[in-house]
Amino acid sequence: MSSVTKSDNSLPGGILGKAITWVDDRFPLVENWKAHLSEYYAPKNFNFWYYFGALSMLVLVLQIVTGIFLTMNYKPDAALAFASVEYIMRDVPWGWLIRYMHSTGASMFFIVVYLHMFRGLMYGSYRKPRELIWIFGCLIYLCLMAEAFFGYLLPWGQMSYWGAQVIINLFATVPIIGEDLAVWIRGDYNVGDATLNRFFAFHVIALPLVLLGLVAAHILALHEVGSNNPDGVEIKKNLDPKTGTPLDGIPFHPYYTVKDLVGAVVFLMIFTVIVFFMPEMGGYFLEYNNFIPADPLKTPDHIAPVWYFTPFYAMLRAVPSFFGSQFWGVAVMGGATMILFALPWLDRGKVKSVRYRGPIYKAWLAAFVVSFLVLGYLGVVPTTVWGQLPKGMPLVGGADVAIWVARVLTVVYFLFFLLMPWYTKNDKELPEPERVTS
Amino acid sequence: MKILAKLLGTSFLLLPLVGFAAGAGVPLDRAPVNLNDNASLQRGAKVFVNYCLNCHQASMMRYSRLSDLGLTEQQIKDNLMLATDKIGDTMTTSLSAKDAKAWFGGVPPDLSVIARSRGADWLYTFLRSYYRDDKSPTGWNNRAFAAVGMPHVLHELQGTQQWQQAGEKKGHDGKMEPVMKLVLTQPGAMKSADYDLLVGDLVNYLVFMGEPAAAKRTQMGVLVLFFLSVLLVVAMVLKREYWKDVS
Repeated sequence: MSSVTKSDNSLPGGILGKAITWVDDRFPLVENWKAHLSEYYAPKNFNFWYYFGALSMLVLVLQIVTGIFLTMNYKPDAALAFASVEYIMRDVPWGWLIRYMHSTGASMFFIVVYLHMFRGLMYGSYRKPRELIWIFGCLIYLCLMAEAFFGYLLPWGQMSYWGAQVIINLFATVPIIGEDLAVWIRGDYNVGDATLNRFFAFHVIALPLVLLGLVAAHILALHEVGSNNPDGVEIKKNLDPKTGTPLDGIPFHPYYTVKDLVGAVVFLMIFTVIVFFMPEMGGYFLEYNNFIPADPLKTPDHIAPVWYFTPFYAMLRAVPSFFGSQFWGVAVMGGATMILFALPWLDRGKVKSVRYRGPIYKAWLAAFVVSFLVLGYLGVVPTTVWGQLPKGMPLVGGADVAIWVARVLTVVYFLFFLLMPWYTKNDKELPEPERVTS
Repeated sequence: MKILAKLLGTSFLLLPLVGFAAGAGVPLDRAPVNLNDNASLQRGAKVFVNYCLNCHQASMMRYSRLSDLGLTEQQIKDNLMLATDKIGDTMTTSLSAKDAKAWFGGVPPDLSVIARSRGADWLYTFLRSYYRDDKSPTGWNNRAFAAVGMPHVLHELQGTQQWQQAGEKKGHDGKMEPVMKLVLTQPGAMKSADYDLLVGDLVNYLVFMGEPAAAKRTQMGVLVLFFLSVLLVVAMVLKREYWKDVS
């Protein structure tokens, strides 16, 4: 970044200029403003996919602000929690709006984060020198899943309760220490008041703090190396000899602040349609069974996780038990998220962006996306959805079609990563251009 | 599902699944829900406090909120408050949990958000699907909720239905199969169509009670969308102006 001098003539004059100078003598205000906004050069060719990073931040802020207001009336007590949510929905002025914004925000957070991650995948934003940005991002994703899981218990409905019961029991499948681990997480032999209290603490304090720290690290790392772009070309290679700034770069502020403003308004319009006209989103954002208070004595017929966990849930169901243990399914599910961390070192392609990749990579990327989406669908529906395979078939005869499809797609999901070193190295790539295209 | 069952721990599966037997496969009739029809909602509220509120409570619903239906405080007090004299009270019942267990085998569920968990169509079908069943402790059973614990509270109005054969039809394999139907064998105080209207009003009210803010929510939504549309135009013009010099 260019050096910052205290007597900068871009500062406004008069009392405002004096105030800024006063602060600047004590705190690097102008320096940071320049480093991260007005003199942070971003490639000028960002496309549609580049809105979702900023939108993730917007949703994060929405969740924090609405969350603060929800805690003012929510009661983390097994006897009071369900009724306190209804109190917010009825008796707190605008409580219904705050609650719906928060519940819709949870799902929208995953939508924008999934699209943001797909962007990174498509344009090779995880490649050298951006490995740490990717790693911080993966950690944010893990954090977000934990945050969503803890938060989902708080309304204390049937799905909250039994969903938590199922997920915590996943830990009980860990060999030897599993049972103790599950009790340690719950703080009880069943999901109960102690569990609700600690989940509340994690949801409103612990994880938001970690999340904010990780987001800061994610952005600091990004601003250290600079943003990637749809061409995967490093804009810092072509500097203007006079100014020393990238020829293909434009200052983030005002160019991308005004552009992201358009994206934010469009996003908020979609958000508004959901919050005001379809807050349950057909049972996907707010499940119908969660309007029944938690009852440890009544197990619901059909327990399905919220949609954003369903690809991994489908994997869990697809893995058969071996040696009398369900741990394998849990391990596969965990592996499916952990393998993301290795991505920067699995990719051996010479180019970053999908635009210049060869046909084999494109085919694998498409297969990966299809497998993720279909697994997501299969995680929502019962395993009998596609009927059974004909009885006569060897080995698999009579088994649920959906289970076998999920097994195949789980393998595809993992092969996308595990075979990447070979297929990216041997693919017929196009030459990367010198400068960014429009 | 098997994995799930194991994960839940077998101890839970041994417990009876009462209350969730939602009568799989029963075709649901469409409930005539209209949250802007205050007359229907007021009639529904009246049915609710007269018939449902004796055993069920709506502990998250305040009587004062009935003013959303276009009623004055005095009208609510005079017509709808049978159990309390404080307008800010919630709709509780004097039936104790202990008595309820002894009489019906379980505590009647709180109805505050029943329309949100069951859905309006299910409620509309359920309240019109009672039939005589001598094998059941109450003498009543329900097509939408097998072995239901609640007796047919509205039977004086609807009359008595029987689940019986009403003709035959050709099955998939070509054989004749009996067609079973709910048949009104003993008329009640109301005509069948009037009873459907009454249940429609009641379900409409239950939907209102499930989310009293719903009508206001959709009204606000239109205004917010209008505001955002204006903001979108401003943002787009601003973006175009700034990006003029980007080649």
